[in-house]
Amino acid sequence: MEQKTIKQITEYDICVIGAGHAGCEAALACSRLGLKTIIFTVSVESIAMMPCNPHIGGSSKGHLVREIDALGGEMGKNIDKTFLQSKMLNVSKGPAVHSLRCQADKSEYSRSMRKILESQENLTIKQGEVVEILTEDGEITDPISREIFTKKITGVKTLTGITYSCKAVIVATGTYLNARCLCGEAITYTGPNGLMAATHLSKALSDLGVELRRFKTGTPARMDKSSIDFSKMEEQFGDPKVVPFSFSTDPATVQIPQESCWLTYTNETTHDIIRANLDRSPIYAGVIEGTGPRYCPSIEDKVVKFPDKIRHQVFIEPEGKDCGEMYVDGMSSSMPEDVQLAMYRTVPGLENCRIVRNAYAIEYDCLAPGQLHLSLEVKHIHGLFCAGQFNGSSGYEEAAAQGLMAGINASMEILGKEQLILDRSEAYIGVLIDDLVTKESFEPYRMMTSRAEYRLLLRQDNADLRLRKFGHRVGLISDEEYKALCEKEEHIRSEIERLKNTFVGAGKEVTEFLISRETTPLHTGASLADLICRPELSYEAIAPIDHERIEFLTEAEKEQVNISIKYEGYIERQFRQVEQFKKLENRRIPAGFDYEQVPSLRIEARQKLIKFMPENIGQASRISGVSPADISVLLIYLEQYQKTNGSSKKD
Amino acid sequence: MSDTIAAISTGLTEAGISMIRVSGDNSIEITDKVFRPGKKGMSLKNAESHTIHYGHILDEEGNVLDEVMVSVMKGPRSYTKEDVTEISCHGGILVTRRILERILQSGARLSEPGEFTKRAFLNGRIDLTQAESVMSLIRSTSDLAAKNALSQLKGSLRDKVISLRKELIYEIAYLESALDDPENYDLSDFGDRCTDLCDRTLLTLNELIASAENGRLMQDGIKVCILGKPNAGKSSFLNFLLEEERAIVTDIPGTTRDTVESTMRLGDLTLRLMDTAGLRETEDVIEQIGVERAREAAKNADLILYLMDSAVMPSEEELRQAFDLIEEKPCIFLMSKADTERAFEKEHLLSSYKEISGLSEDKLPTVFLFSSKQEFTDETGAKIELRQERHQLEKKIMEMFWHGDVTMSEKIVITNMRQKQHLVAAAESVKAVKQTIEDEMPEDLLAGDLMSAYTELGLIIGEEVEDDLVNEIFSKFCMGK
Repeated sequence: MEQKTIKQITEYDICVIGAGHAGCEAALACSRLGLKTIIFTVSVESIAMMPCNPHIGGSSKGHLVREIDALGGEMGKNIDKTFLQSKMLNVSKGPAVHSLRCQADKSEYSRSMRKILESQENLTIKQGEVVEILTEDGEITDPISREIFTKKITGVKTLTGITYSCKAVIVATGTYLNARCLCGEAITYTGPNGLMAATHLSKALSDLGVELRRFKTGTPARMDKSSIDFSKMEEQFGDPKVVPFSFSTDPATVQIPQESCWLTYTNETTHDIIRANLDRSPIYAGVIEGTGPRYCPSIEDKVVKFPDKIRHQVFIEPEGKDCGEMYVDGMSSSMPEDVQLAMYRTVPGLENCRIVRNAYAIEYDCLAPGQLHLSLEVKHIHGLFCAGQFNGSSGYEEAAAQGLMAGINASMEILGKEQLILDRSEAYIGVLIDDLVTKESFEPYRMMTSRAEYRLLLRQDNADLRLRKFGHRVGLISDEEYKALCEKEEHIRSEIERLKNTFVGAGKEVTEFLISRETTPLHTGASLADLICRPELSYEAIAPIDHERIEFLTEAEKEQVNISIKYEGYIERQFRQVEQFKKLENRRIPAGFDYEQVPSLRIEARQKLIKFMPENIGQASRISGVSPADISVLLIYLEQYQKTNGSSKKD
Repeated sequence: MSDTIAAISTGLTEAGISMIRVSGDNSIEITDKVFRPGKKGMSLKNAESHTIHYGHILDEEGNVLDEVMVSVMKGPRSYTKEDVTEISCHGGILVTRRILERILQSGARLSEPGEFTKRAFLNGRIDLTQAESVMSLIRSTSDLAAKNALSQLKGSLRDKVISLRKELIYEIAYLESALDDPENYDLSDFGDRCTDLCDRTLLTLNELIASAENGRLMQDGIKVCILGKPNAGKSSFLNFLLEEERAIVTDIPGTTRDTVESTMRLGDLTLRLMDTAGLRETEDVIEQIGVERAREAAKNADLILYLMDSAVMPSEEELRQAFDLIEEKPCIFLMSKADTERAFEKEHLLSSYKEISGLSEDKLPTVFLFSSKQEFTDETGAKIELRQERHQLEKKIMEMFWHGDVTMSEKIVITNMRQKQHLVAAAESVKAVKQTIEDEMPEDLLAGDLMSAYTELGLIIGEEVEDDLVNEIFSKFCMGK
């Protein structure tokens, strides 16, 4: 019997558009939470591709990876399997800024992630370009979040004309939307690495009332390894003892032979070449309209903005173990090919270099993230979530973190459960998302430790203690893992208590020990905790005089004990600040609140509040242009409003 | 849990009784710290709600600041529905300010504009229908406070605060850049550099705190107007007070044509001295303008110093004129040229003035002698040294302020206290930075306190922090591998 097909293939719960770092985490979270998920990519070969630098982690980004892992994401586990070199940065500068950074084997990282996706239940991988997001009009109120929407997701349509119906869509298109790559005068309309750009979705999103803007970023050249003279560079090694990213990785499995990186410098000749050819740089010639990031400037920017610096660092880093290409970190550029070659060749060790892939700048469409709820859902479209570079961030880790959160929240919405919103005192992820949706940023947003007000609490070493409970609540962390966490917590707590209540006196053994450690001997009794607080000592160091110590704590537990005692005063103070912070954070503003009704608000404050529609008073207070007096006024009005409208406040 | 706030709740413009209100979880405990009860063994902490207690407020050294009554009202039966204490003291701007300062030192913070009412409302004490007026109160008081804060910080002080902030943010940005990009920026000498910065900052902050304490931060000091007939010796008296030649002194009547303004410190106070042209009605047009100014100055003055030449008994007409100007304003009489043969003594003057003004005995001005010579004699013929007389005069002026006989605008006092509070907080943060360095703590732990100092200083000049740090990092340091 002849059967006519229709252009609808299957029904899914969730469609994820894009299989970069955000898309992968999003798709894995959704499918792991039992939702039928499909992930679209323009090329299956580009799943979890690292089109720019070859590291995962680094200052504050390492924190994000740890947090992703604590919540049940994949990035940490994947880099533990595929890293080439690992370093803990800032070890002497305070526990809050310790940051783990790995050099990744790019193709291995990508291949390994693809394998995870392929073997994941409930998850379908599909190569294809999504050209339209399908919605249905009509006001609806989400039964859990109480937010009001005017449209609702029904599905997506691909370039081939096929419709996939779904309840939620996660847009994670990275730098692909209307992408344009620039290498001097040469312009191609491609995505990163020469891949096909997505040219239809921008218009479809605009038609849905989503406001887009244009950002730019760039990447340096890749060199032929055999053309580099490493003898003229300083060799940079990894740490002798590697700490894994994931809390679930056995530390023994990451003690592998590591690859080196190499340090060299630019010089005045390099800078002269750049200055002489600035008119051929698309940025300085005005060809690029997009806004570029200040934290990751091209070498042209560095030379122009910091004319007094006589040299800039250049790191030569492996792209992979069996890969003949090296990444030239610190010299991204959009200069024409001939200028690139000339400038790279002035750098010691690169005199005879051959460029495999040129440096280029890329421009792309992305979202003005003020349109998002803290859940990463678009404010007026129920079921439309956005994540990653599409939201105006930059970096693999920032993308993955948002992908995971968008995945969790899209799933929670469909499952009818409360969404997961992390605040600024709970996670770097909370800082990242709050900054993105609350503050107007005019450049791609990168995480930095200085953006976290409570960073002493948000350490990479305690990410599991902070966040596992949330991962467990949403269902990405198993009962078993959660139980292990609770035991860890208990070990730390009881050990700290023991140290605070164990006293040593001025006896011979203790005195000799203290003198041998070049610290003042005791005159009266002191607790072991008191001794740990001394700069010359630590939990490990006092082991010889701590006779009751039972050696069952893990390295990670010992670290927690040491940090908690050593920095107790500073940590306590941040806890008190958080208490104050939480007061405003817990005062919710009702959905669809009408700011026009509030008397005594200044006009600027009113306009900003209407534009951003903050979800709570704390978020409102962080919007630029809203003063403390405006917040007081708002508090008074809300009190009156809630009493007369009978809705309860969450306090 | 709510933090504890404090403020002067009576207007300072009226003499008599002033009240300081403290509200919040620790209000009773905080008040107790500075209160010495009249009844031995009594403690506010054990006091019943809605009771009043007699006693004294003590200063840092345990000396009595003032005799007070303290009311204790436990929440929710209080204005804010929180624990509240109210300290009633003897008027006087200085006493009231010092008591409030003691309360702040003991752990309360100065309330924001309209904050008591805001708390009362949020805690459900005030009717919902009043919400609108509460909102407009907050709006108007905070706008006014902001305006005062800005207008009262003099240019040079403002510049000092700005330059302190500039240095601080540079070092914070350096620190953050180094933490963010450790392979590019080195922190090995940061501790030493930061200690230097802290020492420099503390030096300036302490100077600023000292000037806040004696009121020099205030643009408006206490206005003192020096009046008297031409050649009564006003200019030389002014110079004597200032101990320098500022106005031109000659023997020709009416040389001082303009109101001269200069400031002097008197203990805790700043006096703004206005010399004025004489009071004689005159044909001279230029001097006529000066006379008008004198009248104007008298009207605006907080305190009037009225000079009379000891050699000439003032006529009934002159005293009447003087009373017209002075009315019931706080006033001190000075008999100048006391070294010359005197035509009258203190008692004569006061009895004539009493008759003309109809003032009661206790409202009459105090009289002091003055001369350009270092020594002279009093009515009994006893020798008096000029510097003794000066000391007595200053003491009298202080007393008048202390007891609230002379007042000044509350908003000035409060703005000044607010500025001082931020300066002290900034200094505390800088000290904490030094301590962290001394304790050999890692560099990251410096960032928080450095930033607090920066933020507190910003509040003084009315600037929000927002993205200062991130902008400074990117503009001063070349980031990114």
